[in-house]
Amino acid sequence: MLNLLFPEKTTVIVGLEIGTAKVAAAVGEVTESGGVNVIGIGQSASRGVRKGEVVNADLTAEDVRNAIVEAERSADVEIASVYLSVTGGHLTSLNTHGVFTAASDDHEISQPDVNEVLANAKVFNRPSENTVLHAIRQHFTLNGQAGIADPVGMLGGKLELDMHVVHGVTTRLQNPVRVVKGLNLEVEELVFSGLASSLALLDNEQKQMGVLVVDLGAGTTEYVVYADGVIKHTGILAVGGDHVTNDLSYGLRMAPARAAMLKQEHGAATIGGAAGQTLTLTSENGFPDRRVNLEHLRRIMVARLEETMQLIDEDIGEQGFHDQLRAGVCLCGGGARIPGIDKLAEEVFGLSATLGRANAVGGLRSATDDPELATAVGLVKYGAIRQKGLRRIGLVGKLKHLAGSLGIF
Amino acid sequence: MTTTETTPASAPVRKQLTIKVFGVGGCGGNVVSQIHGTGFADVQMIVLNTDSQALAQIPLPDKIHLGLKLNGGLGAGGDPERGRAAAEEDEARLRGLCTGVDMVFICAGLGGGTGTGAGPVLARVAKECGALSLAFVTLPFDCEGPKRMRQARQGLEEFKAAADGVVCLPNQKVFKLIDENTSVVETFSTTNELLAQGVRGIWQLVTRPGFINLDFADLCAVVRDRHSESSFATAEATGPHRAKEVVEKLLANPLLEGGAALGEADALLVSLMGGPSLSMAEVNRVMEQINRQTDNAHLIMGAAIEEQLGDRLTVTLVASRQRSHTADVLSDPEPEQLESVAPPGMVSVSRGVAEINQLGAAIARKPVTRSTTAKREADSVSMAGSETDVAPSAPMLSTRSWRSRKKAKAMHPELQLETVTKGPFEHSEPTLRNGVDLDVPTFVRRGMSMN
Ligand SMILES: Nc1ncnc2c1ncn2[C@@H]1O[C@H](COP(=O)(O)OP(=O)(O)OP(=O)(O)O)[C@@H](O)[C@H]1O
Ligand SMILES: Nc1nc2c(ncn2[C@@H]2O[C@H](COP(=O)(O)OP(=O)(O)O)[C@@H](O)[C@H]2O)c(=O)[nH]1
Ligand SMILES: [Mg+2]
Ligand SMILES: [Mg+2]
Repeated sequence: MLNLLFPEKTTVIVGLEIGTAKVAAAVGEVTESGGVNVIGIGQSASRGVRKGEVVNADLTAEDVRNAIVEAERSADVEIASVYLSVTGGHLTSLNTHGVFTAASDDHEISQPDVNEVLANAKVFNRPSENTVLHAIRQHFTLNGQAGIADPVGMLGGKLELDMHVVHGVTTRLQNPVRVVKGLNLEVEELVFSGLASSLALLDNEQKQMGVLVVDLGAGTTEYVVYADGVIKHTGILAVGGDHVTNDLSYGLRMAPARAAMLKQEHGAATIGGAAGQTLTLTSENGFPDRRVNLEHLRRIMVARLEETMQLIDEDIGEQGFHDQLRAGVCLCGGGARIPGIDKLAEEVFGLSATLGRANAVGGLRSATDDPELATAVGLVKYGAIRQKGLRRIGLVGKLKHLAGSLGIF
Repeated sequence: MTTTETTPASAPVRKQLTIKVFGVGGCGGNVVSQIHGTGFADVQMIVLNTDSQALAQIPLPDKIHLGLKLNGGLGAGGDPERGRAAAEEDEARLRGLCTGVDMVFICAGLGGGTGTGAGPVLARVAKECGALSLAFVTLPFDCEGPKRMRQARQGLEEFKAAADGVVCLPNQKVFKLIDENTSVVETFSTTNELLAQGVRGIWQLVTRPGFINLDFADLCAVVRDRHSESSFATAEATGPHRAKEVVEKLLANPLLEGGAALGEADALLVSLMGGPSLSMAEVNRVMEQINRQTDNAHLIMGAAIEEQLGDRLTVTLVASRQRSHTADVLSDPEPEQLESVAPPGMVSVSRGVAEINQLGAAIARKPVTRSTTAKREADSVSMAGSETDVAPSAPMLSTRSWRSRKKAKAMHPELQLETVTKGPFEHSEPTLRNGVDLDVPTFVRRGMSMN
């Protein structure tokens, strides 16, 4: 991060997503006023990742190196450390609850009390092979009064804390870390990729009103629910664009590469006016080669996309979040490029749906408008929040500011 | 996250499947007895009949009397309606037998009363209980008369509607295949043996320990909810030319109708097994030959090494087609046609470009020559093992796919072979949710037909 070209006061933060389809590195600078600007992007096709997890470390190392080199060139910085996103079917999330009881009801809540309730909320059953990735504070409840952001100094006998915890299988979390470290890069922190994406897209108002973010990637689909300004729920399905491609490849009987091409050129999340339409494909030497029923193509696609969203809908429905999502659904990831995906989301969730852009950051438009870069850009935002918190700790020594205003920590 | 089930990444554990084999009616009971004689572990065999005398002759412990109240143990009198009513009387009992079972085989002879009438009821109940149901049935001899044949056809249609898949073997066809002087009873036992082989082969396919690459989910993908007629065959060969011979034997198997069943199949599951000497080249040779027989079939392949097979190479094949094939089965092939196993490729003459009521089948035609196909698709295929030289020890034998892919190899033109992989999900754990494998195409699981 040492760079003479940058004035002292700005900090450079790098977000790295090792995705199933692409590796993306976003370089951001944090201005003195606390704003985040993306100043460089590096990308490379990803060859060693399936369903969001590294399966071929050698290929992935090469792809990460390419993305990092390109990002360094693009931002004209030297990259020494990254915030790294992680995902995969092994991740589990849950909400936990901690309680602290004082001797009397007119007890003044102190920082040690808060620490105790925090420690308390972190005690939950998890498999011994798992590591906690995030323990995110939601809100405190003091003597039954819910929704308190900072109870220190308030009077009360019973302090409770709700937390959202994400944990995953340690060895599987370590796989991408090992790749990155092998390239002599430091990993500042691991961040659930769905969380990172949501940080890029959402402003405080949306988080307050309640919103569902869905990142439709190639190998995985992550989702995050915010309400009352905090994270209420997160989830991941190891299903993505690769499944759409595979379904098409099987259903239309064609090579996956060809199915992927057709998907991008003629795919949509609605049957639309496809009924009775036929596509004539040409072979590499230009001769008409075979015909594909466009309606079949669309129906195969819709079936998969609809199912994916229905599974998410069932999950958030079980938790009773539907009426809390007044800001609707916000979509990102490559899947957000599918024509009509917002309409399908509206149908399945019964909520308004929008295609998200990285509103929470400035800088390169090409980066902030690209749905595929939401995770990498969000990681920069995450880093900025963290470093701000850390600086405050240094200055003021008050842990509570880690709670931030963005609904995390 | 909270709702996604995962299995450990390192060792995807094969679930212990619960499988039951049912024999319904006189013929069904005989077939099941035959299967039993050849040492089946972990599979419960149950014989159902309305006829107490026939039931008494079955040397198996689990026997169930259907419709005692209705028929008094005197059989269904060759009337499928009575067979059905008997099964319906005992439906609760059948349901009890099928609950919690993953897979059900139903063996029956069509044309009589019990197998024809009660069999489809059992298939329906099994399906309702969530089991994958496969029926193995026979059709009557010509000499049994048109009434029986009519009843049998009706029963076959009902089986197809109720079961996930039906494997049908006409007695008459087997009769023609074997020596003219063979008695009907002897023919029965030949047919029974073929059906038993069928059940055994599929059973092995989904349960054989160490056989990690083809599993129950794959089988389900080929047959589940297709209500199709499936053909099934298994063959074994030894010696230096075993790869060629095993396919020849396979195609000679009457269950495959001289290979025609492959040409008409829209889904094909191939399982290869051999001793440690099994090489990639042999796997390719077998797959290439089988591939030449198929047109648009969605191909799933698995291969495994099993120490004790020694020099033997066995191939098990399930071909499934959506189009009703009843008429052909009944009228069709003359023995000459069946016996002369035409060189692969010639079989295609008999293939119709039928209006197939199945997704894609009507649209997708293979390009004229294989080499162009290979060339065009080559760049999109990444298949470990196909790049490397074919070593006799070939450890890379475990691949599968939702469809076949082609790979050209310039340096070894003789290796322009079909190689199949599981595709993008080969190296990852399956995405399971509530026991459903989400890697299987949604439209397949939803049983969407496209027309
Ligand atoms: N126009 C489009 N129509 C359909 N699919 C598209 C389109 N554009 C991109 N995609 C799909 O989006 C996916 C890539 O998205 P993205 O870059 O977000 O994935 P990723 O971050 O690499 O994967 P993951 O987060 O799952 O590990 C691919 O499957 C691609 O086919
Ligand atoms: N292959 C074979 N076919 C049989 C056997 N027994 C009967 N069949 C055939 O099955 C048909 C039905 O007979 P059966 O099973 O006895 O009638 P059910 O008991 O009323 O169902 C007959 O028409 C025969 O063609 C047998 O042991 N093997
Ligand atoms: Mg992604
Ligand atoms: Mg993703």
